Amino acid sequence: MPVLWLILIVTAIAVVGYGLGRSRAMASADGDSRKLHSLPGFYGLNVALTVLTPAFGLLAVWLIIQPVWIDRQVSSTLPDSAISEGSSRGLIMSDVRRVAEGLEVLDRPTSSETIDESYLSDLKSDLGSVGIALGSDIKAEVYHAARDYRAALAKSGLWMTMAVIAAALGGFAVSFIVTDRDFRARNTVERGILIVLVAAASIAVLTTLGVILSMLFETRSFFEAHPWTDFFFGLKWAPDFRGDSELAILPLLWGTLYISFIALLVSVPIGLFAAIYLSEYASKRVRTFAKPAIELLAGIPTIVYGLFALITVGPLLRDYFALPMGLGESASSVATAGLVMGIMLIPFVSSLSDDIINAVPQAMRDGSYGLGATQSETIRQVIIPAALPGIVGAVLLAASRAIGETMIVVLGAGAAAAQFDRGLGDLVNPFQAMTTVTVKIVSQLTGDTDFASPETLVAFALGLSLFVMTLGLNVLALWIVRRYREQYE
Amino acid sequence: MTEVSASPHSASLLVQDAHTKKRNAAEARFRLYGAIAVGISVLCLVFLLVSIARNGAGAFLQTFVTLEVTLDEAKLDKKGNRDPADLAKVSTFGYAPLIKTAMNTVIEAEGIEIDGLKKPEALISKEAAAQLRNFVLANPEVIGETHEFLFLASGRIDGYFKGRVTLESAGLDSKITPEQLLLADALKDAGALETRFNWGFITSPDASENRPEASGLGVAILGSFYMMLVVLALSLPIGVAASIYLEEFAPKNWFTDLVEVNISNLAAVPSIVFGILGLAIFINFAGLPQSAPIVGGLVLTLMTLPTIIIATRAALKAVPPSIREAALGVGASRMQTVTHHVLPLAMPGILTGTIIGLAQALGETAPLLLIGMVAFVREYPGAPPEGFFDPASALPVQIFNWTQRADPAFVERASGAIIVLLLFLLIMNTLAIILRRRFERRW
Repeated sequence: MPVLWLILIVTAIAVVGYGLGRSRAMASADGDSRKLHSLPGFYGLNVALTVLTPAFGLLAVWLIIQPVWIDRQVSSTLPDSAISEGSSRGLIMSDVRRVAEGLEVLDRPTSSETIDESYLSDLKSDLGSVGIALGSDIKAEVYHAARDYRAALAKSGLWMTMAVIAAALGGFAVSFIVTDRDFRARNTVERGILIVLVAAASIAVLTTLGVILSMLFETRSFFEAHPWTDFFFGLKWAPDFRGDSELAILPLLWGTLYISFIALLVSVPIGLFAAIYLSEYASKRVRTFAKPAIELLAGIPTIVYGLFALITVGPLLRDYFALPMGLGESASSVATAGLVMGIMLIPFVSSLSDDIINAVPQAMRDGSYGLGATQSETIRQVIIPAALPGIVGAVLLAASRAIGETMIVVLGAGAAAAQFDRGLGDLVNPFQAMTTVTVKIVSQLTGDTDFASPETLVAFALGLSLFVMTLGLNVLALWIVRRYREQYE
Repeated sequence: MTEVSASPHSASLLVQDAHTKKRNAAEARFRLYGAIAVGISVLCLVFLLVSIARNGAGAFLQTFVTLEVTLDEAKLDKKGNRDPADLAKVSTFGYAPLIKTAMNTVIEAEGIEIDGLKKPEALISKEAAAQLRNFVLANPEVIGETHEFLFLASGRIDGYFKGRVTLESAGLDSKITPEQLLLADALKDAGALETRFNWGFITSPDASENRPEASGLGVAILGSFYMMLVVLALSLPIGVAASIYLEEFAPKNWFTDLVEVNISNLAAVPSIVFGILGLAIFINFAGLPQSAPIVGGLVLTLMTLPTIIIATRAALKAVPPSIREAALGVGASRMQTVTHHVLPLAMPGILTGTIIGLAQALGETAPLLLIGMVAFVREYPGAPPEGFFDPASALPVQIFNWTQRADPAFVERASGAIIVLLLFLLIMNTLAIILRRRFERRW
């Protein structure tokens, strides 16, 4: 692994540079560190950082640009005749890359041999034996392109090694020369560290940007292949991988909102009452036992809830409610997913409400007791109204969680989209299997996917809609909670 | 309390009038609702854990059959030269007859007679032939000898001893007959068949749809471990650096506000959106391989960062300003104050937050589905650093994978895997609590 070696070499230069920089500074101060501007270590650190930063920066940029650049180079030499019917340049290039990788693994000589049919079919079986299976036979053009690719890669690798080591040595030379007793080493090093800290903080911004841009680009290509009016206002979800599918978000949105509604119906009263009981009524013994138990529910991964829905709650609801009432025979249903998601959200609602209830000033409670109110009257008529905005914020945050939840609905809610043409009875039947936005994102993006078909790209449009919805709810909720907190501070 | 005039002063304080009774009843009711809510929550937790434990405990036990197999030279090495290349040409189909013969020998030796018994070798897992072949290829000198082997029993037989398969259900099943179950009973009495702890469940790789008995969590645990290494190596330094900047250095300006808003929003973005990001950027754009722990690790890092940043900032905030002022007072720079004093004091809090963030990342499933971790992987990933780029599975995804399979034995496997996952989470959270208890300082 040459890159690993390169990193080790640069690091070694930096370590040596640290020692040399430190001793040069000490020498310029006649061995008395009091005459130096900074502590001796800073002079060493300055040299080490000036070695590492440009070298690693160059390495990173090179590694990002290199594959794109070589791809373009080789791709332009590939004649159009090499691209067979039903294929594309991109697919051929992925073959080229795999063959090139295989040649590297097999360690074939780069000099030219006679290329004929038998050589290529031998090569294919040789590649297969090292774990690189190719779908079709290797064409002569592909083989040549692969050789070019490999040669370009080797050449680029050599240049990269030289450039990175030169950058490291250059950094060393510059910083070593400026090192003397009056050089303000500490200030320079600390400025460098501060830049690193700012860069780390900006990763959050970059992530958000990445999320939005990646989905925006793919969504745009989706809307080029599929009219946006159909997506937002159509009433039917019927993907068909032969083309001509109906991809509308409304049926999925209905499932999402219905399941989230049931989840909130379960979690908000239970969570709220649990929070009230634990903060106002419970004895210390009950609290030390019950509070961690409820918080434990929050630490359980969603896949566990999903399996719980699939193997326990689903069959239970079907056998004791759906079948006797004649409402459906499916174990995965809106009620299953909603109920289990509700359980998942209980700790979320209760811990948020707990914070909010505790933020209500004690003076308001004392005032109410002083007027002769009982505890429950105080809670209902003083604390809850005062905490209402915060509680609304908590419910909104829980709703945003419910809308974005994936594993519980994948395992508990079923895969069939709501059908608006079947009538209202079917739509509101809680024992009907119904799918959600998140389930469809998973199902359209797993398995064999073709990133040119609208059936795959629709997942990005769904993802973006989901992101916008949850973002809206979060911003609104945070705004309400913050405004409310300020009232009593 | 609203209708003061309703209770005249006539009654004694010791006798409750109607209105007071009503108010006290309302109080008791309200209190009861709260107790019920707490009770329901705790019951849900207990019900969840009991259901998983009951379904999953069986996965750790497995039925094994002990057989004496004669490794017939005429079948395994016709030329008799022990050449590894020739030995490798005999496929697992060449080994199946040996097991069949061994099975018949046992039945004869024990004098078991069951009417209508066909295909007694169906008791043994299809994995057994592969196990035998690997053993012979590793030790060619054993050919021609008779050795004792411990084979996995087939999934149906295992299910019979766990109560999942009954004589009635076997009558309708194409994979097992009631006679074969009777044979299994007879073998158990003879001591050739036993149920014991199954280390293979934790160490072996996944197995195909038809052999649930051989499937294990080895690759998934290793894949999850690699991902956690990536997450730890990236999110801890980045998270700590970002928090130090925001808490200690950041001026109040638009950039700081932007970062703050982004962090609080990222903490609430649905996890599946991070999967879409990983697919679009790390796989389609940067060309990293699918199903690789490195991609999973990168996606989970982005997800964990907000958690770690929030915990770290709280830990930094908890260090009293007097420490900073003292350090600045004796001439330390702001950077020295942070690295020499504030950061070491905040370290326990930071580590606790990191472990909790890692525990969250370990259980996360949805984003991993999108970056191809659902693929069927039987090969262990190599040693790091190349291993980070090899295909692997992850614990929660393996659980999801098993729930999608038809054989009911996989439900037991999935629940068993959840027990393993919860065990890991329990260990991590306990570690976090111990760290907090041991090192936390109150100022």
